[in-house]
Amino acid sequence: MGESPAVQTMAVRTLQEIDQEQVLTSDWGGGRSPFGVSWAKFMMWIFLASDALTFAGLLSGYGVARLHSGNWPRQGEIFNLWVVATMTFILICSSATMAMAVGSARRGDRAAAVRFLALTILGGLSFLGMQAYEWTNFILEGARLTTNPWGVPLFSATFFVITGFHGGHVTSGVLYLLGVTIRALRGRYSAEGVEIAGLYWHFVDLVWVFIFTLLYLI
Amino acid sequence: MSAHQTHTVVAHKESFLRRYIFSQDHKIIGIQYYLTSLFMAVVGGILAMLIRLQLGWPGSSGIRPDAYLAFVTMHGTIMIFFFLTTILTGGFGNFLIPLQIGARDMAFPFLNMLSYWLFPPAIIVLLASFFVSGGAPNSGWTAYPPLSALKEAAPGSGLGQTLWLISLAILIVAFLFGSLNYITTVLTLRTRGMSMMRLPLTIWALFITAILSLLAFPVLLAAAVMLLFDRIAGTSFFLPAGLVVGGKLIPSAGGSPLLWQHLFWFLGHPEVYVLILPPMGFVSDILSTFSRKPIFGYKVMVASISAIGFLSFIVWGHHMFVSGMNPWLGTAFMATTLVIAVPSAIKTFNWLATLYKARITISTPMLFALGFVSLFVTGGLTGIFLGSPTIDIQLHDTYFVVAHFHFVMASAALFGVFAGTYYWFPKMFGRMMSERLGRWHFWLTFLGIYATFFPMHYLGIAGMMRRIYSPLLYPHLQPLQPLNVFISVAAFVLGVSQLIFAFNFFWSLFRGEKAPVNPWRANTLEWTAPSPPPHGNWGETLPTVHRWPYDYSVPDAREDYIPQTVPVAVPGARREV
Repeated sequence: MGESPAVQTMAVRTLQEIDQEQVLTSDWGGGRSPFGVSWAKFMMWIFLASDALTFAGLLSGYGVARLHSGNWPRQGEIFNLWVVATMTFILICSSATMAMAVGSARRGDRAAAVRFLALTILGGLSFLGMQAYEWTNFILEGARLTTNPWGVPLFSATFFVITGFHGGHVTSGVLYLLGVTIRALRGRYSAEGVEIAGLYWHFVDLVWVFIFTLLYLI
Repeated sequence: MSAHQTHTVVAHKESFLRRYIFSQDHKIIGIQYYLTSLFMAVVGGILAMLIRLQLGWPGSSGIRPDAYLAFVTMHGTIMIFFFLTTILTGGFGNFLIPLQIGARDMAFPFLNMLSYWLFPPAIIVLLASFFVSGGAPNSGWTAYPPLSALKEAAPGSGLGQTLWLISLAILIVAFLFGSLNYITTVLTLRTRGMSMMRLPLTIWALFITAILSLLAFPVLLAAAVMLLFDRIAGTSFFLPAGLVVGGKLIPSAGGSPLLWQHLFWFLGHPEVYVLILPPMGFVSDILSTFSRKPIFGYKVMVASISAIGFLSFIVWGHHMFVSGMNPWLGTAFMATTLVIAVPSAIKTFNWLATLYKARITISTPMLFALGFVSLFVTGGLTGIFLGSPTIDIQLHDTYFVVAHFHFVMASAALFGVFAGTYYWFPKMFGRMMSERLGRWHFWLTFLGIYATFFPMHYLGIAGMMRRIYSPLLYPHLQPLQPLNVFISVAAFVLGVSQLIFAFNFFWSLFRGEKAPVNPWRANTLEWTAPSPPPHGNWGETLPTVHRWPYDYSVPDAREDYIPQTVPVAVPGARREV
C-alpha cells in the first residue's frame, strides 16, 4: 500500500515524524522488523487485544453465573429475537460499508469515503436505537439490575452490564467515526486513519457476534 | 531525506507548565512517575512501620483492629500498584525505552502524558478512603468478596472500599495507556541497526512486562466493574445465596466468590512478574557493566524472560489451593508453577556465570544488583515449597507466605529500583550520587531486610496467621512474641536507613558531582546522549547501531567497552586496532 497523498502534503512535520519515516522506509533491522506497520495501526491492534480480554473477563463471569444458577430463563421466550437478529444484521452491514470506506480512502476517492463513513455511522446509530428499544421493553417487563420476573437475578444483571458495556463501545465508535468523517470532509485525513478506525469498528462487531450467540442464542 | 533536514532544527521553547507539568517528553514523564511513586513509597513505608508497631507491642500501640486491617490493605495496595508497578514501568520504562532503543520519544507522547495524569487522581481517590466514614478498606490488597462486596461485612467495606475500586480502575487505564506506548515504541521506533536481538535486556524485560500488563489488567478491570455493581447497584456477581452477615440474611443469589479469586489472580500473578521482570533486566545490564564481561547467554535470557511472561498467565491457581478448587486443577497448577522455576533458575545461573572470573568493580548499583540476586534466590526457594498444594495447605495465609513474597517480589523489586536509581541517576539528573552514602544505604537495607523477613518463615511454620491483629490472642502464638519484637526493631532500622537514601537523593540532586556522558563506561545508547539528555535526546541525527550492547573486554580492543554505535571493523583492518 502506497503513501496516501494526504500524508505527503502535511504541512508541519516534527522531528519525530521524520525519524519515523526514516525508520519505516529503510530495510535496516530497526523499526521495520518484525512488524512493518506504522505505530498508530499497531497500537490499535494491541489495544483491541487488551479490550478483548476485558470482554473475556465479563463473558467468563457470565458463564460462571449461568453454570451456578440451575434454571436459567429461556431467552428465546423473553427477547424478541427478530429485533435482535435485525440489529445484528445492521451491525454486520455497517462493517461492510466500513470496509468500502477504507477501500475508497485508499483509492483517494474522498467523496465515496465520506459517503460510506456516513452509512457506517447510520448503521451504528440504528443499532443503538434498536438496543435502546430492546432495553426499554426489557425494563417494562420488569427487569432491573438486581431483580427480574424470571427468577434468576443475575440473568438481568449480566444482560445489562455486558450489553451496556458493548453499547458503550458502539457509542464511542460512532463518535470516533464522526471525528474521522469530519476530518475527511475537511480533507485532513489519511487512508490509514480510516483503516485504523475500521479496525476498531470491526472489533466491536465481532464482539457483538459473541455476545449475540452467548446471551441470546444458546 | 535531505530535503527535510531543514525542518529538523526545531527551536524548543515552552512555558514552565508545558515543559515540567503537562510535558509530553518521555524523560519528564518518567521522572514525574518516579517522584510520585517515591512519595507513595513513603506512605506505604509509614504504614509498614505502623503494622510492625502493632505486632511488636500489641497491647500498647493504640491501633484499633479495623485500623490495623486498613493499614495492611493499604500497605499492600500502595506498595504493589502505586509504588513498584508505577516506578518500574512508569518511571524507568518511560525514561529508558526511547533512550535505549534510539528514539526521540514514545510513539504517542500525548497518550503518555495522559497516562501520567491519571496517576495523581487515582492516588487522591485512594488516600481519600482513609478519611471517609468507616475508613480505608479492610479486605486486603486482594479484596476478596464477600468481605469487599458487602457494606455490612467490615467497617472499611463502606465507602472506603468503593473508593479503592474506583482508584484502581483509574490506575488500570493509566497502565493501559502506558503499556500501549511501551510495546508500540519498542516494536516500531527502534533506530537504524537496532534489531530485536541487539536490544539491551532492560528493554526486553520492560517490553514483556508491558505485554503482561496490557493483557492482565483488563481482566481485573472487568472484575472491578462487576464488584462495583455488586456494591452500588445491589447485583450479586460475587455473592452466593443464603449469606448471613451479623445475624442478618443478605438478599443475594447465584453469585460466586470464587469467580473473583479467579479473575483477580489471572491479573495478580502476571502482576508479580510485572514487578520482577524489569529489575531482572536492570540487574542483567548492571552486572554485565560492572563485571566488564558480556552477559552470559543473551539469547537464553531473552527466551527465559519470554517463557516467564507466557507461563505467568497459567499459574494463577496456585494462590487458590485452599479455596475449594477442584484438587485435579490444583495439581495442574502445581505443575505449571514448578515449570516457571526453570526459566527463573536459568536466569540466576546466567547471572552467576556472568560474574564468574570477572574483574568486578564494586559500586552502589552493583551492590544492589548483587543484593537482588541474593533476595531473589532466597524468596524463590520458598516459592517451591508453596507451589506444592500439600505443603501450601499447612502454610497458606501464614507469615511463611508473607516472608516468601516480601523476599522474592517486594524486596527484590525494591533492590531493582535502588540499583536502577544509583545507575541511571547521572543520566536522569546530570549529577552523581554519593558513593559513600550509597554503601551505607546498601548494607543497612540488605541486612535490615534479612533481619526483618527471614524470621517470618519461622513464625509462619509456627502457625502465625497472615492478617492477625494481635499475636497475643492465641496461646500457641504467645511464646513467639520476643521474635515479633525483634522483627519490629529490625523493621524500624530498615525504615530509618531509607532516610540515608532520601538525603543522598536530594543532596546529590543539587550538590552532587556533575556527571560525565558515560560515567560507568557502558555500551547502551543512553550513554551516548548528554547527561541529562535534551528534548529529542540526540542532535540532528539518531545514533546508528552496529553491535549488541555487551561488548565488554573484547580481546585486542583499545578500551574494555565498545558502545553500540561503534562500527564493526572491516575484517582486513582488524589487526591495526
